[in-house]
Amino acid sequence: MNANNELNVLKATAQQIRRDVLLMINNAQSGHPGGPLSAADYLTVLWFKYLRCDVKNPFWEQRDRFVMSNGHCSALNYALLARRGFFDPGYLLTFRTLESRLVGHPSRVKLPFIEVSTGSLGQGLSVAHGMALGAKLRGWDDATIYCNCGDGELQEGSCWEAITSAGHRKSENLVLMVDYNNAQIDGFVPDVKELAPLAEKLRAFHWRVIEADGHDFEQIDRAFAEAKQRAGKPTALLFRTVMMKGCPSFENIPGWHGRPPTDDEARVMLRELGFDDDLEKARASMGNRDFHPAVPMEEQL
Amino acid sequence: MKTPQLQSVLPSKFWKMELTREGYGRTLVELGHENSRVVVLDADLSQSTLTKYFAAEFPDRFFEMGISEQDMMNTAAGLSLTGYIPFLSSYAVFLTSRSLDQLRNTVDYTRLNVKVAAAHGGISVGRDGPSHQSMEDLSNTLVLPNMTVVVPADEPQAEAVTRWAADYVGPVYFRLGREKVPTITDGESSFEHGKAQVVIEGEDGTIIACGLMVSEAIKAAELLATEGIFPRVINVATLKPLDTNAIDAAAQQTGAIVTAEEHSIYGGLGSVVARHIAESSHRVPMRIVGIPDIYLTSGSPEELLEVAGLTAKNIAMKLKEVIKAK
Repeated sequence: MNANNELNVLKATAQQIRRDVLLMINNAQSGHPGGPLSAADYLTVLWFKYLRCDVKNPFWEQRDRFVMSNGHCSALNYALLARRGFFDPGYLLTFRTLESRLVGHPSRVKLPFIEVSTGSLGQGLSVAHGMALGAKLRGWDDATIYCNCGDGELQEGSCWEAITSAGHRKSENLVLMVDYNNAQIDGFVPDVKELAPLAEKLRAFHWRVIEADGHDFEQIDRAFAEAKQRAGKPTALLFRTVMMKGCPSFENIPGWHGRPPTDDEARVMLRELGFDDDLEKARASMGNRDFHPAVPMEEQL
Repeated sequence: MKTPQLQSVLPSKFWKMELTREGYGRTLVELGHENSRVVVLDADLSQSTLTKYFAAEFPDRFFEMGISEQDMMNTAAGLSLTGYIPFLSSYAVFLTSRSLDQLRNTVDYTRLNVKVAAAHGGISVGRDGPSHQSMEDLSNTLVLPNMTVVVPADEPQAEAVTRWAADYVGPVYFRLGREKVPTITDGESSFEHGKAQVVIEGEDGTIIACGLMVSEAIKAAELLATEGIFPRVINVATLKPLDTNAIDAAAQQTGAIVTAEEHSIYGGLGSVVARHIAESSHRVPMRIVGIPDIYLTSGSPEELLEVAGLTAKNIAMKLKEVIKAK
């Protein structure tokens, strides 16, 4: 596959994942669409091109690890897992229901493919750094630990404890991705509590910083390729993104952080993403709602 | 016929005084030699928590996290997820308040194999004052569904608990003290997880104690013996899961219970024992000796324990009250 084709396939996959996320949240009438749509492009590139994982051997010790520190983007995490082949996509529609493994915020207890349970903001980066230290100590030299944080999440002081630690320890196998969509529940980040100049702050904390347009697949690809090269320090990828990207009528409105679309809104969103807007058919197209993991759970654990 | 069993323990005047954190720190070094998966983290208190011994012996497996308890808790979580057995230490009051979110949402919810060894538990910390005294750590950890909560009574028990924690799979909270405490257990058999130990047999009520208060309970039994009262004394080192068989037997056979702990009267040993008794078929009279609902201040450990009523004399008085209420 030539490079252009590859990026086009990734682009189409990201759109499909956006559709999954919207159908999940609309079906549950609960969840957070804003962040998943802003992070979908770059996390699709990570999961389908760079993340070293094996659906047939999901607990392979030397795998790369992914932590969704902003756990409210759970729908995106689950859709990535399903489309990557860990379990059947139809199961995504059980999201946030009593019997489902797809808990509101990612739960390792219910779904062991989740590397660590998250939901309380500001916790994932320290855990990811602990994994990075562990991987280094175990001699898993090729393993990279990726952690996704929301920009608003970086208002949590505990993030900066982790940023300080990783910079101090020169943990070069740790990659932080910031979904810099500039929006949070109560408004725009500069109005709520300004983070800028974020790149300069991270550099001052002894991190390598790579900035990219989080919706430009060539830039995303280059950023991950560069991040793979060890730098003697941890790497932060600042992805400039747009909340609700892909659905122009809804983009860049902080209110979409955590509100499920009504059926009417969901139809508009699907159309804007370039899909048929029949919700029932769209749900049926995802397949039956059995979990059906790639390898039976009892063999995995 | 009542049989005084005080001779089963060494009289208090012969007690040797030792540090629980010394037992912890030394045992970590032994574990470090035995098991390469044991790692240790500290938050700029390794000189007090005595993780410094491990740090000196195994610098590659010791993580100095600086003054960052939240980061330490979750870094330990991450290490456990790559197959390590992390022990982390700071003061009890910080670990169970500053980093409680991390302890709850990451470590406990996910049942991670993290060992939280909290030094300077209780008010016997002394002169640093209430900011450094811990009277709510047991309450804050007992409420976590996957947590097991352990309070060693003395140095040999602290060693045994440390050793046990490395083998046990899952989150553990255990509490150590700042001050030297009397050695009242014997090293070989000093800890069995989830099992209470009858320290003194007796039938005139039961004193159920943990930590530092086990030795006060023994002293209370000595005082009471001079009045012809012979209570049972039980050391409940594992607060969760609670040894309900030992509590039931005490209620049934002795008819009255006093609990004693260096912790708030809310949510600690007294609370868990009272909850069990209230739902059992032996609803015997009970008193709870613990820190009343106040902040203390600076003072010597002895002065503070006296102010809070955590004394042998007070325990003995409460026992006489419950015996009367039978």
